[in-house]
Amino acid sequence: MTQLILYNVFNGLIIGAFYALMALGLSLILNLSGVINFAHGGFLAIGAYFAFALIPFVGFWGALLIAPILTALLGGVIERILIRPLYGRDPLYGLLLTFGLAFIIEDGTRKIWGPQTLPFSVPEWMSTPLSANYFFLTGYRLFMVALVTVAVIVLFVVLNRTRLGMRIRAGTLDLETVSVLGVNVRILRSVNFGLGIYLAGLAGVLAAGMLGLQPTIGTDLIMPSFVAIIVGGLGSLPGTLVGGLLIGVASGVTSVFFPSASEAVIYIMMGLVLLVRPRGLFGEEGRF
Amino acid sequence: MDRQYQKYVGDFIIWSVLLTMPLWLHLVGGYTPLGTRVLIMALAAMALNFLLGYTGVLSFGHAAYFGLGAYGAGLTIKYLIPNTLAGMGVGLIVGIVAAAIIGLLIIRLRGIYFAMVTIAFGQVFYFIAYRWNNITGGDDGLSGWSRQPIDLGFFKIDILHDEKAFYYFVLFFFAISVAIMAAILRSPFGRTLLAIRENERRARFLGIPIDRHVWMSWLISCTFVSLAGTLYALLNNFADPHDLRWDQSGDFVMMAVLGGMRSFWGPLIGAAMFVVLQDYVSSMTSNWMSFIGLFFVLVVLFCPRGVLGIIRRRQVQ
Repeated sequence: MTQLILYNVFNGLIIGAFYALMALGLSLILNLSGVINFAHGGFLAIGAYFAFALIPFVGFWGALLIAPILTALLGGVIERILIRPLYGRDPLYGLLLTFGLAFIIEDGTRKIWGPQTLPFSVPEWMSTPLSANYFFLTGYRLFMVALVTVAVIVLFVVLNRTRLGMRIRAGTLDLETVSVLGVNVRILRSVNFGLGIYLAGLAGVLAAGMLGLQPTIGTDLIMPSFVAIIVGGLGSLPGTLVGGLLIGVASGVTSVFFPSASEAVIYIMMGLVLLVRPRGLFGEEGRF
Repeated sequence: MDRQYQKYVGDFIIWSVLLTMPLWLHLVGGYTPLGTRVLIMALAAMALNFLLGYTGVLSFGHAAYFGLGAYGAGLTIKYLIPNTLAGMGVGLIVGIVAAAIIGLLIIRLRGIYFAMVTIAFGQVFYFIAYRWNNITGGDDGLSGWSRQPIDLGFFKIDILHDEKAFYYFVLFFFAISVAIMAAILRSPFGRTLLAIRENERRARFLGIPIDRHVWMSWLISCTFVSLAGTLYALLNNFADPHDLRWDQSGDFVMMAVLGGMRSFWGPLIGAAMFVVLQDYVSSMTSNWMSFIGLFFVLVVLFCPRGVLGIIRRRQVQ
């Protein structure tokens, strides 16, 4: 029993790490640009399929390095062409546009790579269990946790210690003033969008190694990412991180005792958080 | 006077088209259930627009209440009483209760945060319908039931086999709902909603209890969306878990935007265009998702005011 619970907590932590990576990217874009990026799950899928296409040429490690960057570049282009005209307009339009984009991406990947689940091979030595007792601890899973941790640390260092990060954080609070101070806000938004998409692409490569590769891989992860943002509190990136991990673990633990509620439980958590603390666990008061 | 006159002409044209639709629809390549679907989707989109266009609150989760209405009606007719009106009543009540409770949770939020929470909450009911297979049929949807003829005692309407009769049955509820919404919007309460849309802060300073008004508007909107959901289940003799999903919510918002959010009849026109397009594209190609997605992108970029918005702007110029 302990083993089963431990297994599910660990599993939940990994799923939570995916949610958190997705949600951090969503949050970055939402905070600076005011756009809810519905296509975020689509970009996750694109990252995964790019990696799939690259593996025969550059191997797993090369794909892990290159695929998210390519995805981010694609995201930057799409931001430049489609999303930039919508800044400053009713948030409704950004939602509708990225919603359509999500459809196009899902259908496009299905057209190119087919609807079936594709095998996505991770290096052999990583997929064997490390210990007979704890069968779920494969090298790949530990590696994922480590990589997500590193990615999150790097992200926070970039945001808190570099000029770019400072501008992003300042822009989140008051974009107009940042613009008046001589920062090119257009480029800032594009870079920020690309950064968010990079995280989605990275999550995509990792998720494909664990869940297998199919066109709906991102669609299933996007809703929990919204919940992660709401639970953690809008406008707070550490909150988003905690929110993602929290709902991942909650969902994992629930699947031990009441498997059919493992999806619904995160929405119940969201309801409770909204009831007690409408701005989310770490949200700033009065911002939204 | 001129505008007033124009409004009457517009209303007259719309009602004559709706009343005569089953008579000529087959001549232009349509079929009666397609017309019924337009009516139902139009009711849902107009109900959403009550909140979106007239209160200025963006909900991206209305499919939840649409689907609750559908499942409420279907489950009642299948398991409890094989009576169409009873099923509709239960579906409506389920939708209203859920909307009232969730409304209380989210009413203090605004703008994009509100939209996001409505999206997320919409998914709860989807997962319930999806996971509770032995009752709801899970992913396959709720089938094995059908709408029942209406027995008024002195007179029986066979809405099950006569598609035209069912069309007029739906039109009856559509007309009542639209009349109620129009009356509410003309009332002082409706004017207050417009004030909230235009400037929430100023409305608050005038002493309007904003949260309560938004909650009421949300509830009215969800009520008519649930009603549309019950009718949709009756139309198909089937309740689909995808009726509850976020893609359906997006479709409703699209219909409202496509027709024109700032006009009362806009969502009807948007719904008609969207339903016909969807029907046509999905019969032509298996890649209909890309087409619909592309359509979304193009409308947002090139036609954000919607059809009626553009017409009205021409007139002003």
